[in-house]
Amino acid sequence: MNKVLLAAAVGALAGSCAAFAADEVKIGFVTTLTTGAASIGKDQENAVMLALEHIDNTMGGKPVKLIMADDGFKPETGKQATDKLVKQDNVDFVAGYIWSHVLLASRKSVLDAGKFLISANAGPSPVAGKLCHENFFSTSWQNDQTPMAMGETLNQQGVKSLYMMAPNYAAGKDMVAGVERTFKGEILGKDLTKWGKDAQLDFSAELAKAKASGAEGIFVFYPGKAGGAFIKQYEQAGLRDTLPLYTVFTIDALSLPKLQEGGMKGVLGSKMTQFWSPDLDVPSNKKFVADFRAKYGTYPSFYAAQAYDSIQLIKSAVDAVDGDLSNMDGMRDAMEKADFPSIRGEFSYGNNHMPIQDFYSRTVVADADGNWTTTIDKVVLEDHQDVYASECKL
Amino acid sequence: MESSLLLIQLLNGLQLGILLFLLSAGLTLTFGIMDFVNLAHGSLYMLGAFLCASLTLYSGSFVLAVLLALPLTALAGFALEKIVVRHLYERNHLDHVLATFGLILCLDTLAHLIWGPAGIAIPLPDTLNGQVELLTGVVVPTFRLLIIGTGLLAALGLYLLVNHTRIGMLIRAGASNRTMVGALGVDISTLFSGVFALGAALAGLAGMLVAPIAEASIGMGNDIIITTFVVIIIGGIGSMKGAFLAALLIGLIDTLGRSFLDDLFKLLMSTEAAETAAPAVSAMLVYLLMAAVLAVRPQGLFPPLSR
Repeated sequence: MNKVLLAAAVGALAGSCAAFAADEVKIGFVTTLTTGAASIGKDQENAVMLALEHIDNTMGGKPVKLIMADDGFKPETGKQATDKLVKQDNVDFVAGYIWSHVLLASRKSVLDAGKFLISANAGPSPVAGKLCHENFFSTSWQNDQTPMAMGETLNQQGVKSLYMMAPNYAAGKDMVAGVERTFKGEILGKDLTKWGKDAQLDFSAELAKAKASGAEGIFVFYPGKAGGAFIKQYEQAGLRDTLPLYTVFTIDALSLPKLQEGGMKGVLGSKMTQFWSPDLDVPSNKKFVADFRAKYGTYPSFYAAQAYDSIQLIKSAVDAVDGDLSNMDGMRDAMEKADFPSIRGEFSYGNNHMPIQDFYSRTVVADADGNWTTTIDKVVLEDHQDVYASECKL
Repeated sequence: MESSLLLIQLLNGLQLGILLFLLSAGLTLTFGIMDFVNLAHGSLYMLGAFLCASLTLYSGSFVLAVLLALPLTALAGFALEKIVVRHLYERNHLDHVLATFGLILCLDTLAHLIWGPAGIAIPLPDTLNGQVELLTGVVVPTFRLLIIGTGLLAALGLYLLVNHTRIGMLIRAGASNRTMVGALGVDISTLFSGVFALGAALAGLAGMLVAPIAEASIGMGNDIIITTFVVIIIGGIGSMKGAFLAALLIGLIDTLGRSFLDDLFKLLMSTEAAETAAPAVSAMLVYLLMAAVLAVRPQGLFPPLSR
C-alpha cells in the first residue's frame, strides 16, 4: 500500500514538474567539463553564460533554464549525458558537442525524441551528408571546409611543396584530405600520429623527417594540448625560418596565452584558416569579444564563438513562435532563415542545415596591448558550402 | 643526408627511452621490489610537471624549479605512502589496482582544482631553447640533449645506490624477504616509504623534463603509464637493469618505426596502403614486441636473479 502511495506521489510530482516546464525554455548544453580538454568546455560555458546575459535570460517571453552536462571527452559518457537531458530533464534543445565522435554517438538520442540538436563545434561528414536531419543545425562548419580553405591559402602563398602531420583518427584524416582536395603543389611527406588514450605528444622523429624532406612548408592539425606541444617542439627544433607553419584548429585563443607565457615566438606570423576571428568587423562580434574579454579577461576561442551563436540561434527560433515550444515546424523554419545577429556576420543555411559561409586566412599577431591573437588577412573561400550537402536528401 | 637523419632519429629514440626509464625505474622499485601495483605512478609524474611549472613561473628559473620540485615530489610520494599505500601491502594485486585507480581520479581532480583545467607551459631559458650541431647536418635541440644527459646521470646514481650502498642492500634484502629483514631490526616500513618517495621523485623528474616539450597537463601520466608497464614487463619485473635496457629498446623501436616504417612499406605495397598501414603498425610495434617477448620469455628479457 505504501508503495502505491509513493508511486502516486512521485507521479504527481513528475506531473507538476512537466506542467512547470512549459513556462520556461530548457536548453541542455553538452561539452567537456573534465579531463585535459575541460578548458575548451569552460570557454564554451563562459560564452553561453554571456549569451544568456546579453538576452536577459529570456526567449520568446519565457525564462531560460540552462543545464550544463559533461561528456568526459568520451562518446559513451556523452551519450549518457544526452539521454539524461532528453529523458529526465525533458529539455527542448540540446546544444554543444565539441567532438565528432561524441556527436555521432549522441545524435540519435536527441533526434529520435523529436528535439532540436544544435552542434556548436563538431561537423563530421555523416551529419552533413547521409545522416542529415531536419532537426539538426550547426553553428560551426563541416570538418572538411577549414582545411580546404588552407589548401587554397597555400596556393595563394606560392607554396610548392608541403609536409603534413595530423593525429590518426577520423577528423585528422578529414583535415589532411581537405587540404589535399585544394592544394595544387607536391606533398613530400605525411605523418599520422597516434591519438586517443595514449596520444603521441613527442614529435621529434616526425619533425626530423619533415626537415629532411626539404618541403617549403608544414601543415598540421593538432587540437587541444597536442597543439601546444607541437609548436614548442617546432620552435625548439629551430624550424621557424626554414619550414613555415600552417595550421587549422591548432592555434586558438586557448593555446595562445600559454604559448606566449612559454615564449614560443615561432608561432607569430604563422597562417591558419577559420570561419571567424576575434577581430572580424561585425557589430555583434565586436560586442561579443569586448564583453567576453571584460568578463573573463581572455580572448574568446572559436569554440566560444560557436557556443554563443548556438544560444542566439535558439533564441531566434523561440522568439519566432512567441515561446510556443510545441510549434516545432515554426521553430525549424525560423532557424533555417539564420536570422539572428551571428558573430560571423550574415550567413545562410544549406539544405543540410550546415552554414554556407566565408572562410578567412588569419595570421598570429600581437595586439596593441601585446597579447597574442589572430587577425584576418582576407577571404579565401566565399559563401562556401560543404561537399557533402549533395548527399543530404532534405 | 640519410645517415644524418638516421643518427638524429637514434638520438630521438634514446631520449624517449631515457624518459621511459625514469618512469619505469619508479615502477620497478614499487612493483618489482615492494610487490605493489601502482597505477597512480603516472599521477606523480604529472605532479612533478605541475610543481615544476608553477615554480618556474614563480621563480623565473627552470633549473631552480627542478631542484625545488624534486624534493617536493618526493615528499608528496612519501605522504601518499604513509596515508594510503601502506595499508594496501597486505592486500592482493586487484585491490592495489582498484585503490590506485581511485588515487588517479583523486589526484587528477586535485590538479584540476589547484591548477585549473588548462595545462601550464614551461618557459625555457634561451640557452636551452636553441639547437646544437653535433656533426655537419646533425642538428639537435639542446633540451633533448639535456634530457639524455640528466636521465643517464639519474640511471647511474640509481645503479650506485641500489648496488653499492647499505640502503640499496637493505632495499634488495627487504624485497627478497621482508619478514626476515624486519626480524634483524631494520625498520622496513620507513625503508619502503623512502623507496616509494624515491620512485615518486624519479617519475616527477621525468614529468619535469617532459613539461617543457609538451606541457604540464591533467591526465598526462595516464597517457604514458601503459607504455611504462610494457617496459617493465619486457625488461623483467623487478630488474633495474632490465627496465633500463627495455626502456631504451622501446624508445628506439617506437621512434625508428615512426620514422622509417612508411618508407619501408612503400617498397612492399601501394603508397596509399602504406600511408594507412604504417601509422597503425608503428603504433602497435611496442605491443607486438611485448607479445613476442611474453611468448618466448615470459619472465622478461633480464629477470632479476634472486626471484
